[in-house]
Amino acid sequence: MKPRKDLITIESLSDEDIRTILESAVSMKEIFTKSVKKVPVLRGKSVLTLFYEPSTRTRSSFEVAAHRLSADVTTFTPSTSSVVKGESVHDTIDTLMSMKMDYIIVRHKNSGIPAVIARHCNASVINAGDGAHAHPSQAFLDAFTIREHFGAVEGRRVVIIGDILHSRVARSTSCILQRLGAQVAFMGPRSLVPPMRYTGIECLADWDAVFAWKPDVIYLLRVQNERIENPFFPAADYHHAFGVTEQRLRRIEDEGMAVMHPGPVNRGVELCDAAMEYKNCLVCNQVENGIAARMSILYHLTPGTLS
Amino acid sequence: MPEIEKREIDHALEKWAEHIASSHAREETLGLVGLVSHGDVLAQRLTRILREKGFRKIQCGAIDVTLYRDDIDLRQARLALRSSDLPFSTDGMPLILVDDVVQSGRTARAALDAIFEYGRPERVELHCLVEREGRQLPIHPDYAAFRLTEEGAGDTVRVLLTEEDGKDIIEY
Repeated sequence: MKPRKDLITIESLSDEDIRTILESAVSMKEIFTKSVKKVPVLRGKSVLTLFYEPSTRTRSSFEVAAHRLSADVTTFTPSTSSVVKGESVHDTIDTLMSMKMDYIIVRHKNSGIPAVIARHCNASVINAGDGAHAHPSQAFLDAFTIREHFGAVEGRRVVIIGDILHSRVARSTSCILQRLGAQVAFMGPRSLVPPMRYTGIECLADWDAVFAWKPDVIYLLRVQNERIENPFFPAADYHHAFGVTEQRLRRIEDEGMAVMHPGPVNRGVELCDAAMEYKNCLVCNQVENGIAARMSILYHLTPGTLS
Repeated sequence: MPEIEKREIDHALEKWAEHIASSHAREETLGLVGLVSHGDVLAQRLTRILREKGFRKIQCGAIDVTLYRDDIDLRQARLALRSSDLPFSTDGMPLILVDDVVQSGRTARAALDAIFEYGRPERVELHCLVEREGRQLPIHPDYAAFRLTEEGAGDTVRVLLTEEDGKDIIEY
């Protein structure tokens, strides 16, 4: 893999980059089984998590990943910082760069902010989600989880269900899966699945079409109430129309399909309670693999180089 | 470029296994841990020979020491990682670290750091196929099948093994 400073989108990576990061994630996961779950490779490096949007699992996953690589982690909380006093993102970054950070992990509600920060500093910048644009580390953990479960991503059929329009996960995960040779389809509320915007992705009308498409993976997106000013319909209606109900779960079980979700799950909306107990529900695998994938991303980025 | 051929490598592996057999009891639980890549192949070959000599309790594993190296900031791009496979507990067990070439001693240093994160072996020996001059750390192999002096060796030593490279040869 050529030297690379930042990770902003999956689209910006070469096929070799994607495969190298995925391969290394396997080695990173082996570390979890040792008596000492830590390696010294980033000893002395500083990692800053800069989350302008709420996050539990992505932030803690990156922090655990950085700790396991022996990096020092600083958590910056904009809600308790000068940002609430009106400081701009550039000024915040200038302040933080004077602290000589090596890696900055950014989440922001506006698309493009991580790319701006990356151009503005020598640190490696990792996009941990920017608006509805991209979430590349989620894409890596999803691809890693599918590869681990099925042995390979190539040839697998993955249907992503939900609010595609507002989902950075749908964009990044569909991109990496297609790059790795999977077939991807979308299904969701018609107004939230704009078919013309995606090349090579089939848009399915409803669950009957989903089952007829014979997917290997059913990937439910979280309903992002925080991005929708006026909810389109009540949770129960959404569950009935687009969620994994108990009835649909029986068919999913019969056909041995895997169920995935980026979390946090809205129980009774995207997934019924029983779906979380289903043996091929990979949600917990995704959380564990998220740490390995993020360790691999941190390891392969080299601060101070040009992407 | 001078070479050491397959026949000589096979003979050296037999002598190497005899050396291990002379310093370890056959009923002893012994672990051979190869450093990927190539050290793991040598460890597997030695394990096969030693099993034929009656070492029934011998265990074989492999570790990738890339994440323990001290030269990460000296390289522009990160090295690719390979899988480690250590399917046994190393606690209380005598271990032999097996590498293809020992020169600076830095890889062996990384391997020592790595191996202690899997457990606490009773003792650790370092064995290699080729030892070259140029040590930068106070680390020396307990056994080397071939020793190359500076006069006899070029800038690099290349160990090729059939399992990784399609043929057995040492170029130096």
